[in-house]
Amino acid sequence: MGAPQERSAGGTVTQAGPPTSTYLSMTQRSPQARFDHRLVLGSSRRGIQRAQRSLISAAQQRGYDHASCFALRLALEEALTNAILHGNRNNPRKKVTVRYRVDSGRVVIEIEDQGEGFDPQAVPDPTRPENVEIPAGRGIVLMRAYMTEVEFTAPGNRVRMTYVRPTVRG
Amino acid sequence: MAAAESLLRVAEEDGITRIEFVDRNILDEANIQQIGEEITRLVDETPQPKVLISFQNVDHLSSAALGTLITINNKIRSKDGQLRLANIDPRIYEVFVITKLNRLFQIHDSEDQALASFT
Repeated sequence: MGAPQERSAGGTVTQAGPPTSTYLSMTQRSPQARFDHRLVLGSSRRGIQRAQRSLISAAQQRGYDHASCFALRLALEEALTNAILHGNRNNPRKKVTVRYRVDSGRVVIEIEDQGEGFDPQAVPDPTRPENVEIPAGRGIVLMRAYMTEVEFTAPGNRVRMTYVRPTVRG
Repeated sequence: MAAAESLLRVAEEDGITRIEFVDRNILDEANIQQIGEEITRLVDETPQPKVLISFQNVDHLSSAALGTLITINNKIRSKDGQLRLANIDPRIYEVFVITKLNRLFQIHDSEDQALASFT
């Protein structure tokens, strides 16, 4: 099958799993971004679906195509699953806050859970041959492949994902 | 026993179990768990399982679904069986490529090719 190798959905060549300890990095502080949508979700599947509907509908209204919506939906799915499962540990009393902004050229999504955070550099790279049969850990790989930029903020309970629309990529 | 409605369509022919998903989206954690349990049951029932999973109707999946497929693959291999995947939409196939799982799974363009590949 002639599918592309390690190519992001938007056309940028990415490292889908660099085998070094700098595989994921974390910043101390993200610059402020202005968001025009904010959702507070419980730790449930219904919340994920609500956020997906909201984001995809906003993206479609801005004319984002099927490939872009596929990328956004998948990245949001993975980030929210991580937030609920690993961040909030399925605690029904804890919330996940999703903020996003959809412009004609880019989408910025920020997800914050109420967990203790984690060190992204400590996550084993699931694409390495010795890890390929382990049935977990692929969410962050997919987020990084499908988004233009993925940035975790210390202590690791907040992630910001930026998706630059392919047609306006310079 | 009041079992939940199956999320799979299953057909047996010539010793090969052919599986298709009912849903187009294989995202939902609860659904993925049920799918995993249903397939595991089928694998457990067969001494040397030969399983073909068709992705014909699938247009979304997630890392949780990939994890379940890996578990199923490990289980089938532990029983000296064979797993084949087929009919994967190019956009979904890209998810397998990004995660390098196209190297772990035997993926075929069509079901006929997948069926012919069983030994």
